[in-house]
Amino acid sequence: MPSVITANRLTDGVVVYLASDGEWSEQIANARVADTDEETKALEAEAENAERERRIVVGAYPMPIAVRDGAVDPLSVRERIRAAHRTTLTKDWYDVPL
Amino acid sequence: MYRYDEFDHSFVRERVAEFRDQVERRLTGALTEEEFRPLRLRNGLYLQLHAYMLRIAIPYGVLSPRQLRQLAYIGRKWDRGYGHFTTRQNLQFHWMKLVDIPDVLAALADVEMHCIQTSGNCVRNVTADPYAAAANDELEDPRPWCEILRQWSTLHPEFSWLPRKFKIAISGAAEDRAATAFHDIGLRIVRGPKGEKGFRVLVGGGMGRTPYVGQEIRSFLPKEHLLSYIESILRVYNLFGRRDNIHKARIKILVNKLGIDTFRDAVEADWEAPHKTAIDLPEDERRRIMSYFAPPDLPEQPPRDEVLAARRETDPAFAGWYKHNVLPHRVPGYASVVISLKEPGRTPGDASSEIMELVADLAERFGHDEVRVNYTQNLVLPHVARADISALYDELAAAGLATGNNELLGDVICCPGLDYCNLANARSIPIAKEIAKRFEDPARQELIGSLRLNMSGCINACGHHHAGNIGILGVDKKGTELYQITLGGSPKDDAAIGTIIGPGFRAEAVPQVIDTIVDTYLEHRNEGESFLDTWRRVGAAPFKEALYGAG
Repeated sequence: MPSVITANRLTDGVVVYLASDGEWSEQIANARVADTDEETKALEAEAENAERERRIVVGAYPMPIAVRDGAVDPLSVRERIRAAHRTTLTKDWYDVPL
Repeated sequence: MYRYDEFDHSFVRERVAEFRDQVERRLTGALTEEEFRPLRLRNGLYLQLHAYMLRIAIPYGVLSPRQLRQLAYIGRKWDRGYGHFTTRQNLQFHWMKLVDIPDVLAALADVEMHCIQTSGNCVRNVTADPYAAAANDELEDPRPWCEILRQWSTLHPEFSWLPRKFKIAISGAAEDRAATAFHDIGLRIVRGPKGEKGFRVLVGGGMGRTPYVGQEIRSFLPKEHLLSYIESILRVYNLFGRRDNIHKARIKILVNKLGIDTFRDAVEADWEAPHKTAIDLPEDERRRIMSYFAPPDLPEQPPRDEVLAARRETDPAFAGWYKHNVLPHRVPGYASVVISLKEPGRTPGDASSEIMELVADLAERFGHDEVRVNYTQNLVLPHVARADISALYDELAAAGLATGNNELLGDVICCPGLDYCNLANARSIPIAKEIAKRFEDPARQELIGSLRLNMSGCINACGHHHAGNIGILGVDKKGTELYQITLGGSPKDDAAIGTIIGPGFRAEAVPQVIDTIVDTYLEHRNEGESFLDTWRRVGAAPFKEALYGAG
């Protein structure tokens, strides 16, 4: 199952994704997709370095996704809410698709 | 209310400086996240879905206007302009940045506030009846006792690393408005055999994945022995409570495993040991703390009820609000006023900085400088002259704060759920909002009558779903949010844990499910019955049939 690496940024807790350029992006669209277990492990190692040495992020973990029409789509409600960077506070009922 | 002395001020300032240094060391890499995490949690700082969350202690739910304005300022400057009042009578800001927290803590210290013991396996914020010192059914003000326990428990060396968190609630009134039976220790101020006042002590209550109603460990404890007796309960728990399994570590598990009689024997044996008198508070210190809680000067006033009566005749919205949100006061001519944070369509318990500032202003103009936070996530002005009620209502109505639904179906208790919380399995806020909209017609709520609907986004039960007459629990079932319904819970003197009524429902079905439950109740209720009365008389069968069909 394809996955991306996500974490929270250390300084402000904002949700970020390990991007193709090796930086951390707030946009899931920029996330680098790992298609195999080996690729996921390589990204995890990169994330650990960002967590321990560079102190950019906290709590990095691989997150299963689907790629639909070229777009990265989180599989769980929790990850959809994280990716949206917002809550239902300012929107209507079911603004985050189930 | 209690005011910090020099010791309190310097203690809190030192904690701010200490945490500023810890944050700095985290940012420079001197501390790893594993090392930093317990330190930030000791200061009420969590990392949640979207940002850091700071939980601010509001001791026993009492705020001054100055403090509320400072919370508004903090929300505006360092958060997104709103905060969330919780079932522990605390306030949470959900969009905080780590780098700002030392400045936020300093701003809190400026108004004698902090975040200590709002997390961790220690004694948490002691909660109390929100109508303390105002209610007309009160035997004694519980707040001084809360303050005594607060001071005693703050950084208590023996009880800072308990097996699990520890929650205490105190009520001094005839009616339990603090859910005391659902606490690790619940205290009720009662009269003893000779008419003297003391405490009825409950132990081992709680919610979460293993809910229990607290059991009586002592029918009467002389007041002067409160600290030594609580200390003995905590010592027995600290010694014998489980530390190997987080789900079995609360005192309720220990009490129910040993049985209340064995647990009581252990506590009484510890209590009778020679240290008892060394721990109890000296009388002059008790009096010193009591003096902070002298009631405001409330000269008896003519009630001017004819003015209120006339408006109730001509203004139905005012009449509905008055009926449910204006409560009797111990002093003739006064009332306690509930400011509902449950306007349909709004997140239950949320208050913007503007609302906080307005309530602070109103507390100064009409409320003798006091604001309370109710564990049901509303605000209260405890001392309002009845002559001012009409003017106060107009101010509240202009700000959308005059929803007359206190203790009605729309007064939903709701945790932040999966919109914010790392522990949550399902969203609760959008469900609560949708239910509130479904039942927003005041006439329908009036017809239904008093009904407590509580909702949690996970089994940890921050939204007290076990104690709801109707409870909703969000669960995750194979990636889908499902909502399990419980019926028959009660947080009051007839405390009860709700019964799961059947399989869970998808989110979009929940408002109609609540409608069906309410219709079933209305169909079966006898005259004068509450929802609980009907539930207890007819049982689950008609509700099950209405929800799932016969057979």
